[in-house]
Amino acid sequence: MPLKPQTRHKLVTALLLGPAGLWLFFFLVLPFIAILVFSVGKRGPVGGYAPAFTFEQFANLGTRAAAFVNTLELAPVGAFSCLLVAYPVAYYLAVKVNPQRRLLLLSLVVAPFWTSLLMRTYAWMYLLGGRGIPHLLELVGIENVRLINTPGAVLLGIVYGYLPLMIMPIYVSLEKLDRKLLEASYDLGAKPIGTFFRVTLPLSLPGVMTGFALVTILLLGEYLIPQLLGGGKVFFIGNALVDLFLQSRNWPFGSAIAVTLVAVVVVILTIAMRLTWRIAGTRKVDLV
Amino acid sequence: MRALVTAVYLFLYAPIALVVLFSFNAGRSAVQFTGFSADWYGKALSNVLLMDALKNSLLIAATSAILAVVFGTMAAMGLERLGARMRALFDGLLAAAIVVPGVVIGIATLVALVQLFDVLNPLLAGLWPGQEAPKLQLGYGSIIAAHGLFTMALVTMIVKARIASLGRDIVEASSDLYASPLTTFREIVLPQILPAVLAGFLLAFTFSFDDFIIAFFVAGSKTTLPIYIFASIRRGVTPEINAVATMVLGASLLMILIARFLMREKTTR
Repeated sequence: MPLKPQTRHKLVTALLLGPAGLWLFFFLVLPFIAILVFSVGKRGPVGGYAPAFTFEQFANLGTRAAAFVNTLELAPVGAFSCLLVAYPVAYYLAVKVNPQRRLLLLSLVVAPFWTSLLMRTYAWMYLLGGRGIPHLLELVGIENVRLINTPGAVLLGIVYGYLPLMIMPIYVSLEKLDRKLLEASYDLGAKPIGTFFRVTLPLSLPGVMTGFALVTILLLGEYLIPQLLGGGKVFFIGNALVDLFLQSRNWPFGSAIAVTLVAVVVVILTIAMRLTWRIAGTRKVDLV
Repeated sequence: MRALVTAVYLFLYAPIALVVLFSFNAGRSAVQFTGFSADWYGKALSNVLLMDALKNSLLIAATSAILAVVFGTMAAMGLERLGARMRALFDGLLAAAIVVPGVVIGIATLVALVQLFDVLNPLLAGLWPGQEAPKLQLGYGSIIAAHGLFTMALVTMIVKARIASLGRDIVEASSDLYASPLTTFREIVLPQILPAVLAGFLLAFTFSFDDFIIAFFVAGSKTTLPIYIFASIRRGVTPEINAVATMVLGASLLMILIARFLMREKTTR
């Protein structure tokens, strides 16, 4: 018996979306429910999980305050530092460079983001570590310089790791900018500086917002950079989570931290989206 | 301005260049080049543990990328057939899969799977006809599942954008000429979205191959290349790691540049 077109349409849609839907359910929705349940549970007698409904774990968040403070401080500061370096590059690529070289230069800026963050962070570990730059400084007579395992090293690693992600959205919004507006500004007698601050910068704000939000959000869950360049001295939420899940094995408390982290991400994302919306409608982000 | 931009490119590539340079150093120093040698590469390539980790990583990356590309492309095509409400739900979940920090994905998958295995394993042991029932545990499967979540969402986004840029009229013209939906897909849609699908595959493969934090939680007793490298970095920096880093960075840079080239085609055609 042939199927009705209506039924057939629905069946094909279900078949197309079925695998992805099941995947999202089993490996995103279900795991998230699991950590929500764990976060209101108790620690079992031998370190496992004991079912309960208590907000004890959330009340204890204060004991890991240092990780939260470090993350919530260094994530925006890191994102802002990225922004300061990224803006001129994005501006140059979008406005100054000739179109033939643009594709290559743009690819060279984006490519590192998709290569191993571990390897790129390792490069700085190697440069800042005892046998790197400090050793070089010793050869010219400057002794006892400590670069690695400082907040500065972590900040440097952050800028290095996330610069491409900041450049991309700013570049996209600058590239879309209507050149006629700049000409109009000059025709009306504005100086280049005035044009930049009154025309270019405000129109690129959606890109700036997107980049800032993306980098901040990714930094909130960062583990490798503070681990390798901060050497346990600069502790992020990600480091606390690794400790709680893989070393001290307090899963309910770790789950509470993870749930809180997701909540922070959602709040930041909502604010960023509202702001971007208010400034200039939505902009798509080109991540690759 | 030009000088500043040049400085930024130097900043991006000089550390990588130094890692590459010192992977060819005969000595162990990280600042003094004492002679050219490819010994560290030989050492890395004959390191059994390292090669085992590499094999695991390649297997996981290939499997999760293939699954992500097939299911992600199917989802991208199915999405436009959905009603507004279901579509918003699906889009929301896909966006969540992308923005939720990797560390949280790793933890959540670990917690959920360990609980699930605790329930399933006794059941399986009871129902199994033979003596030794297979035991579900963390390993290849869990890493593939967790990587596939992110990469499938990524592929869906990329292919969806490509489909949106295709006109509906060409598909309608094809069916007006009595082509079956399958023929239309094979002859009309697939050739057009292929660059996006291939780019999605390369990005998915690179993501999975390079990921440390998700695998760190759900790998169980298996070791992937990033996990092995992380462990050896903690024991100290050596030219052998530089050699591995050079190979890994070189391979992924190449794949990304190919992916970008494939994705650019949409604007030039």
